[in-house]
Amino acid sequence: MSRKLFKFKGGVHLSEHKAESNARPLHAAPLPGKLVIPLRQHIGNPAKPVVEVGERVLKGQMIGAADGYISAAVHASSSGIVTAIGPAAVPHISGLPDLCITIETDGRDEWIAHAPLDYQAMAAADLRMKLRDMGIAGLGGAVFPSAVKLDPGAAHSCPTLIINGGECEPWITCDDMLMRNRAGEILQGVAVMRHLLGSTEILVGIEDNKPEAIAAMQAAAQSLDFAVEVVAVPAIYPAGGAKQMIETLTGKQVPSGKLSTDIGIQVFNVGTAYALACAVHHGEPLISRLVTVTGHVLRPQNFEVLIGTPMHTLITLAGERDDSTGALMGGPMMGMPMPDLEVPVVKATNCILVKSNALFPPLPKALPCIRCTRCADVCPAELQPQELFRFAKTGDFGRAQEYHLFDCIECGCCSYVCPSHIPLVDFYRYAKSEIWAREKEKRAADLARERHEFREFRLAREKKEKAEKLAAKAQAARTQAGLDQAKRAELPAAPAPELATAPSDADAKKALIAAALARAQAKKAEVAPKNTDHLLPATQREIEEIEARRAKIHELARQPLESEEKKP
Amino acid sequence: MLTAILVMVVLAVTVGLVLGWSAVRFKVEGNPLAEKIDAILPQTQCGQCGFPGCRPYAEAIAKGEADINQCPPGGEEGIKKLAELLGVEPKPLDEAHGAPKPKSVAFIDEQLCIGCTLCIQACPVDAISGAAKQMHTIIAAECTGCELCVAPCPVDCIAMVPIAEDLPHWKWKYPVIELKRVA
Amino acid sequence: MPSPFILDRSSVTQVMAWVLAALLPGVAAYVWLFGPGILVTLALATVTALAAEAAMLKARGYPAKPFLTDLSAIVTAWLLALSLPALAPWWLIVTGTLFAIVVAKHLYGGLGQNIFNPAMVGYAVLIVSFPVQMTQWSGPLALTETPLTLAQSATVIFGGDVPKTTLDAVTMATPLDALRTGLLQQLTVDEIMTQPIFSQFGGVGFEWLAAAFLLGGLLLWALRIISWQVPLAFLAGIWLAAGFLHFFDAGRFGAPWFHLFAPSVMLGAFFIATDPVSGATTPRGKLIFGFGAGLLTIIIRTWGGYPDGVAFAILLMNLSVPLIDQYTQPRVYGTSGRGKEPPA
Repeated sequence: MSRKLFKFKGGVHLSEHKAESNARPLHAAPLPGKLVIPLRQHIGNPAKPVVEVGERVLKGQMIGAADGYISAAVHASSSGIVTAIGPAAVPHISGLPDLCITIETDGRDEWIAHAPLDYQAMAAADLRMKLRDMGIAGLGGAVFPSAVKLDPGAAHSCPTLIINGGECEPWITCDDMLMRNRAGEILQGVAVMRHLLGSTEILVGIEDNKPEAIAAMQAAAQSLDFAVEVVAVPAIYPAGGAKQMIETLTGKQVPSGKLSTDIGIQVFNVGTAYALACAVHHGEPLISRLVTVTGHVLRPQNFEVLIGTPMHTLITLAGERDDSTGALMGGPMMGMPMPDLEVPVVKATNCILVKSNALFPPLPKALPCIRCTRCADVCPAELQPQELFRFAKTGDFGRAQEYHLFDCIECGCCSYVCPSHIPLVDFYRYAKSEIWAREKEKRAADLARERHEFREFRLAREKKEKAEKLAAKAQAARTQAGLDQAKRAELPAAPAPELATAPSDADAKKALIAAALARAQAKKAEVAPKNTDHLLPATQREIEEIEARRAKIHELARQPLESEEKKP
Repeated sequence: MLTAILVMVVLAVTVGLVLGWSAVRFKVEGNPLAEKIDAILPQTQCGQCGFPGCRPYAEAIAKGEADINQCPPGGEEGIKKLAELLGVEPKPLDEAHGAPKPKSVAFIDEQLCIGCTLCIQACPVDAISGAAKQMHTIIAAECTGCELCVAPCPVDCIAMVPIAEDLPHWKWKYPVIELKRVA
Repeated sequence: MPSPFILDRSSVTQVMAWVLAALLPGVAAYVWLFGPGILVTLALATVTALAAEAAMLKARGYPAKPFLTDLSAIVTAWLLALSLPALAPWWLIVTGTLFAIVVAKHLYGGLGQNIFNPAMVGYAVLIVSFPVQMTQWSGPLALTETPLTLAQSATVIFGGDVPKTTLDAVTMATPLDALRTGLLQQLTVDEIMTQPIFSQFGGVGFEWLAAAFLLGGLLLWALRIISWQVPLAFLAGIWLAAGFLHFFDAGRFGAPWFHLFAPSVMLGAFFIATDPVSGATTPRGKLIFGFGAGLLTIIIRTWGGYPDGVAFAILLMNLSVPLIDQYTQPRVYGTSGRGKEPPA
């Protein structure tokens, strides 16, 4: 442990609450009767469904294909019948539904044919495509498609690879349990990452409050044919944030608005490394993950859960208790409240934290900001949260951006220490999404302007072309006329050419439109009243009366208009 | 007395010269006013302001021929921005030009469309595809929701559908912190 | 309500309570060295401040309870009371407190919105409007033969009948006043310092009062309720400015230690200039703010029309806070230069 560590600015010490859930052994959650698998589980384009309702799918079968470069596939977590493809409740704070594939499981848990990948023999690009198709995405919370992060790009290599076992949020222990139980597999995944990124220095950062995990990882690192340094980092929230982990281990800061790869560093969560190992060494796509179920439950513990399992099933497994006040996905600092507990576990679900008033008392009412700058003292992004709050509150988004709003990592430290109990992070989220929406709106307006201007140009051009054509025709007619003049004496007067045909053209068009109109109205009449086919005579009479009244009103409404039209 | 007047005159001339010189020297080669106004307008091209599009309206405002409160799609916020740009007091939207509505896109009932191309000719941003006697359809991503296609349709097959909030369009709301008594 | 779902135990009430607690050593020293009169002043200011706060909250349509229990009004009242002469008449205390709470705090938008430190606004209004009454300091007990009891002090404050001789026996000029008057009489500093009110460092009793405020201030710093930047820069500003002048003409300018150990300086450095609402927020801004206030204090003491300049110095620096903050924005994580950068 000779490595020199660096201290990132800010951060807070939180009570850990890890012992509740990491004392019990890891269990696999039983197969649920129904799996709901959202197609948008990662950052980037949602996957496109490639199965149909009624189709039988096997465990590990791709049911949604990656759409574009920044995307990832989704897979059936067990075998069964696809019963629905459509909007369903997803774990998102808004409570809005999103496109999901629902599978009624058949209990046989039958795997699709799969085989390990010989990753060393594969071309890097092919391997990355394969990983994208196996749905590998970051399991630390951001769910960024791993295939993209495993592309060293123009630099051809990424010298430093950091495996993040920080897990600094209170209550969550899934990474801890993974490292204790599956250290070897994690490092197999690291080997694949090292292969793709060409890294020479591999660091595993683990908070020093997880001695068992550190020991397990160190033991597993002994048997590798490359060097992996397992480093204990001081436990201070948010030491597990990627940027903070980089600074702690290397002393470098990721430049604002850039990626860590720009300074030759890539960071992966331990869970991602494990998923990668399963994909490469067993050919198994990402269909399960470890989930901590803790808080206000009887037996807080970690489960290995199939993606798509309803959260409520897991809460029941861990022993549901009375007086719960809802659940969070994630920890208490950055977790999101779930609109209902039937939403499925997704790739991003690291923890289901059941709340109660005793564990998480309702937050006290906010007071005005007194500019005490405690938020600035604890901000790991070294921002001035009190200023950002002022700008976000008054809608001065330009200034908020000038003060680096988008460098905020939403860790919640500022809200945690605020003596006025202001939900600061909420204001930053609001300001960010407002700025994004405005940018979107602006892009739409620019597109509309461009298209409108092009249309004006096109109309002008068409008009000009028409005029030119007419002029050419007239010219031709004149020359023709000149030629004809000679023959005038011999031939009788020719009928007037264009003048006559033009209106008749318009007439023909009108007639056509009228005919089509009649057809459409007939169709409309046919289409519209579906519920009037079989009616009692009394109802029929009633309808007729109403119709008559309606016609009369129509008539009355039309008259003054028409008379007005006729006037001048 | 004479010296004082002389000093003042010399001072005035010098200052005037400096100002005149800097006006020429540091002239801002920027957007003319109409362009800046056009950048604020929502580009719906709906013509509710009484001008055939956003650009003509912007030019009219720049020339002082039109007021800033004639754009319903721009809403209160648009008026506020225009007022800020032009250094005038914001005023409420002129109801004579219509009321603001939720953002919508046009939708063609393809069962009823007769392929008359009248809506295509009306669309200010060419967001309807189709040809004579062929069914038409709206390119939703390019539709500005101006409603100009609704009136010309002889079979009333175009409806304005408000854009529903979905996950990619969901926004964080303004946090509610109550300091004041509500009652 | 989104994350985070846990909070630190801190609150505005807690912060203000610690400030009040940190003032207690000063209050105790005050009573010990100058008699119990200050307790009457403190009580009167507190009652007035709470009443004014409640009335203003009601008028502005805010709930009274969260804002009255935040204790910020009491802090303002105490800071003002401790800046006033111990035997100031009741109406002076009430006027100052009312002005501080009603005008300087609530008319600017209430808690967190005031540009100026309310207590210092109250003080400034009083010293400009009632300069004579603002000199009724009770002298240190060590120099008075028959000190006033609590009841007698109350009688004086509430305008009751007290023999003029008794009053004359207890009120005396503060060391800063004495220095000022002496210098106006063309005396040298050394000659002035022979007066009984002066001692080793500052004034008899005054230096210990200053030390008690320093003690309370260090407590606030140890609890991280105030940052080190403002007090240190403030004291450094005083020391350097006074030292500079004293170095060039020791006969006309007081010694830096003398200036430093005036109670108003310690109170200002640790309790008033550190007021977060009206002070600078950035680390470098706090240094500039504190140093500027210290410098201005000495300038006003030396050349200004009033014996002490802490209040005016802090108010002047309050004015420049937005500018200071804007130009001292600290480096943000992952950015190279200091200050802000244009948006990408």
